[in-house]
Amino acid sequence: MKMVMRIDCKGLYYRKQNKIIRNAAEEGETEFILDNVNGQRYIGSGIEKKIKITVNGVPGNDLAMFMNGPTIIVNANAQDGVANTMNAGEVIVHGSAGDVIGYGMRGGKLYVKGDVGYRAGIHAKEYKKQVPIIIAGGVAGDFCGEYMAGGILVLLGLNRGEGVPIAGNYLGTGMHGGVIYIRGEVDEYTLGKEVSVLQLDSKDMKVLTKHLKEYCEHFELDLDEIMSEPFVKLQPVSSRPYGSLYAY
Amino acid sequence: MTSELPPEFIVKIDYNMCRRCKRCVMNCSFGCMHFTDRVVPEHKLCVACQRCVTFCPEHAITITKNELAYKENANWSPETRQNILKQAETGGILLTGMGNPRDYPILWDHLLVDACQVTNPSIDPLREPMELRTFLGRKPDRLEFVESEDGEIDLATEIEPQVRLDVPIVFGAMSYGAVSLSVHRSLAMAAARSGTLMNTGEGGLHRELYPYSGNIIVQVASGRFGVHSEYLNTSAMVEIKIGQGAKPGIGGHLPGEKVDEDISKTRMIPVGSDAISPAPHHDIYSIEDLSQLIYAIKEATDYEKPVSVKISAVHNVAAIASGIVRAGADVVTIDGFRGGTGAAPMVIRDNVGIPIELALAAVDQRLRDEGIRNNASIICAGGIRNSGDMAKAIALGADAVVIGTAALVALGCRICQKCYTGNCAWGIATQRPELVRRLDPQVGAERLTNLLTAWSLELKEILGSLGVNSIESLRGSRERLRGIGLDSQTLELLGVKPAGVGQ
Amino acid sequence: MRCNCYIPSGCSVSGIMSESGRRQDGNAIIKSITLMHDRANGLGGGFAAYGIYPRYSDLYAFHIMFDNIAAKERCEEYLKDMFDIVRDEEMPTRPGGAYEGVTAGRYEEEGVQPITDPPILWRYFMDVPEAKTRFVSDREYVVGQVMEINSEVEGAFVASSGKNMGAFKGVGYPEDIGVFYKLDEYKAYIWTAHGRFPTNTPGWWGGAHPFCLLDWSIVHNGEISSYGINKRYLEPFGYRMELRTDTEVVAYLFDLLVRRHKLPIELAAKVLASPFWEDIDRMPDRERRIATALRQVYGGALLNGPFSIILGHSRGMVGFNDRIKLRPMTCARKDDMLYMSSEESAIREIAPDLDEVWSPRAGTPVIGELDEGVA
Repeated sequence: MKMVMRIDCKGLYYRKQNKIIRNAAEEGETEFILDNVNGQRYIGSGIEKKIKITVNGVPGNDLAMFMNGPTIIVNANAQDGVANTMNAGEVIVHGSAGDVIGYGMRGGKLYVKGDVGYRAGIHAKEYKKQVPIIIAGGVAGDFCGEYMAGGILVLLGLNRGEGVPIAGNYLGTGMHGGVIYIRGEVDEYTLGKEVSVLQLDSKDMKVLTKHLKEYCEHFELDLDEIMSEPFVKLQPVSSRPYGSLYAY
Repeated sequence: MTSELPPEFIVKIDYNMCRRCKRCVMNCSFGCMHFTDRVVPEHKLCVACQRCVTFCPEHAITITKNELAYKENANWSPETRQNILKQAETGGILLTGMGNPRDYPILWDHLLVDACQVTNPSIDPLREPMELRTFLGRKPDRLEFVESEDGEIDLATEIEPQVRLDVPIVFGAMSYGAVSLSVHRSLAMAAARSGTLMNTGEGGLHRELYPYSGNIIVQVASGRFGVHSEYLNTSAMVEIKIGQGAKPGIGGHLPGEKVDEDISKTRMIPVGSDAISPAPHHDIYSIEDLSQLIYAIKEATDYEKPVSVKISAVHNVAAIASGIVRAGADVVTIDGFRGGTGAAPMVIRDNVGIPIELALAAVDQRLRDEGIRNNASIICAGGIRNSGDMAKAIALGADAVVIGTAALVALGCRICQKCYTGNCAWGIATQRPELVRRLDPQVGAERLTNLLTAWSLELKEILGSLGVNSIESLRGSRERLRGIGLDSQTLELLGVKPAGVGQ
Repeated sequence: MRCNCYIPSGCSVSGIMSESGRRQDGNAIIKSITLMHDRANGLGGGFAAYGIYPRYSDLYAFHIMFDNIAAKERCEEYLKDMFDIVRDEEMPTRPGGAYEGVTAGRYEEEGVQPITDPPILWRYFMDVPEAKTRFVSDREYVVGQVMEINSEVEGAFVASSGKNMGAFKGVGYPEDIGVFYKLDEYKAYIWTAHGRFPTNTPGWWGGAHPFCLLDWSIVHNGEISSYGINKRYLEPFGYRMELRTDTEVVAYLFDLLVRRHKLPIELAAKVLASPFWEDIDRMPDRERRIATALRQVYGGALLNGPFSIILGHSRGMVGFNDRIKLRPMTCARKDDMLYMSSEESAIREIAPDLDEVWSPRAGTPVIGELDEGVA
């Protein structure tokens, strides 16, 4: 069994750092611990191997962009653009994440313990068996699930302050595929005009429970407690919301 | 003396296709189609209103220009010769309808709009908010705030009345009399549905439309038809009409034969009497008189309604507009020389006034130079043909644009320019009951609403591509326009750089 | 030195403030902005610092850039007519100075990049002669003089004109600019910084951020898509946009709204990044009335397009985003310190353990104010 590769990233430029990881992964290294990370971009980006990277510190933007297989664990907050156009793998953030996470994500899992910023899950899409999953333990900013074309997005709204809504305005605006599960209620006015609120059926519950079980294991949360509150489901009204927009 | 005028159009009927249903005969309101054993057109009477063509179930009718009526001559156009013949036969002023049809440069078509690439993002207008809400009325230069008793900040400035528009398009002033009640009904319903305004024109407001008061501009013109305090108060805004783009400095009259029972009631004049609008208001011979009338209206409406003053775009329009704002108007409506009319002397319509693009640019800049741009809204009228024109007008500085001709086209108008005859086959510019019936106000309202919806969507697309999400960021933002094929003086007047020059 | 083309730009911003008025040297802010090295492209960097001239805190401190000696002489002629110059001196600089510290944001192979071709940099501590302010306030007077010099005195540019504050900016990476200006030798209770990524090459020193007028300073990430109308809105009030960049309108808008129109900063921020009508319509009565009036009256001042901005002024620091949050901003607190930055990592770089970290909502200003009675 191989040793874990530990890299002190203090003051290390991102290109150099990522090259070390890529080269080592090529040579068979499977597990990395990055210490003193602060702001280095593109960690895990474009890597095809099933390696594991633990990030100690705040990673820079575009964490796991184009990632295709690795598992990344972040023991801090993450910045903007996490899991941008990600294809496969797992990103587990033990803090909050910034804006535009999971943009165009088409597979893999993104689990965030805390809040997520604006435009979470924007244009996530699924194709056949590739279904991206984003779960945020806290609340989301505006335009959550914007243009979502596929995939599963879950907002739990845990530990939120008094009067803080679970999601911002324009929730699911332009959504035309996939599903958003929300633990709690959402105000009608916050919804994008393309989505409607539905009750979960048994199939939904099965899917949701499966993913939340995994989520809870990562963050040592109590699944039963989470499931004790009712969820609602947001789905697009139509897969072609703009059918009558144009004159010919 | 028999007329020597050759027919302007030739009506061709394909008798193989015609099944003699006589719909064309019934539909022609100009008496052009006769039926003997088959349909026989009297070409001279055809105005190319396209009514018969549209309603022929067999598509058996085509109307073509009578190309060889006059021998070709670059100097003497067929129209010129025809007009001379008409005047030789009658000794009269040439009368016409609709806006200036001549080939003057259309500056809208020489202006191009910017878009975002990389350095600032465009915004998706379908999924993200895109705001068109516009307020017409006088705004103060600044706001003042006070701390109220509960320690919270409160507004201390009293804001004068504002009219809210959900789309920056209002319908043009077209009087009941010039157009049918069906048109007024269509406009009022569409304005209410779209969150905008229709304009009574100078012929008063039919009682039936009083419920739409929140969406109506009532006009006070020199003839003062139907103007009484209840009328003034049945409105969102009152407009003093000084001039009209199609006929600056010219009055008009509605011939007595059009003044039927309903029009008589609405205009408050006897049935059958001519409704004469003098060229000037005879209580306005100077700017201070305008101020007097503005405040008379404000008194009568308890300062609850903005007052607009509508002028035609003439050479000195910027200074005039400045005077109007200083005289107390809350809105200045400028009507360019391509604006429409129900009837105007051709020589005036085709030769007097200036293009709205230049007038608008001059007025907006002048009001800014004088630091009074906030004190009035600017409405731009006369020749807005599509949402592109509208966007360019707003970028030049308009708060809102007017559509008159475009609205009538949406209702069926084919711009045959015979409005003054009262024979409009489409039920628009007519009072003949059998013709008025052709325009169903429900259908009309829906078509107008569709038009406003479509233009709003298109305007949002433009805003999105410009990377802004609110109309106030386009309004007056000439930096986002570029001129093409314009001389440097015109560019300077428009306050626009030539295409190819960056910021 | 002034180029005639408009330069849109990308950028990074960072701000540090001690609410209790403790002054610290410029090393921390340099370190913070350096971490975001890759958000800039070496064509502009700058800093604003408040509390740096306590000995001259009653005087207007003008930092001026000159193309050449002739421009300096012309400008000084003018200044002598318009002000009482109490003291003037060359700005202390390290010619050829460059940042040498190691950071995550710097290529090793890139090496140091000394600052080259600086303009003549001079500072003036000046008083406004009493006779000049019979009809205008002295601040109004100073604004007029800044506008006049920037547009009429060829080859001269006023980088900052406030009291007890100054702008330090130029062409280069911000960390190099910081070293060049010896910011390690200044102490301030507010520092803001900017790394610039102009998308057009002719960088000129005056075009770097911060943009300053009186004690207002603006560092800005993003582009103001509504620049055209903001400029035309400001012109009738006597502001002249001479810098060919969108950011200056932000400084002037704050000057107009807060200094001249006396709007509270919260309301000024609501003008610049107004709530949407949909949200206004749902507000309680009084709030709705205020928000509606602000939009009606100040529509021309609405900033549209992507931005995150840090405004500095003598009593505080304000950070805010555009209405739909197209540019990032993270804020944090630790004890009496308030931090704002384009990236959380840029804050962690100088304050690894924070009491609180958050991303402000779009259009919602984060307002840091000095404690009563300090500074």
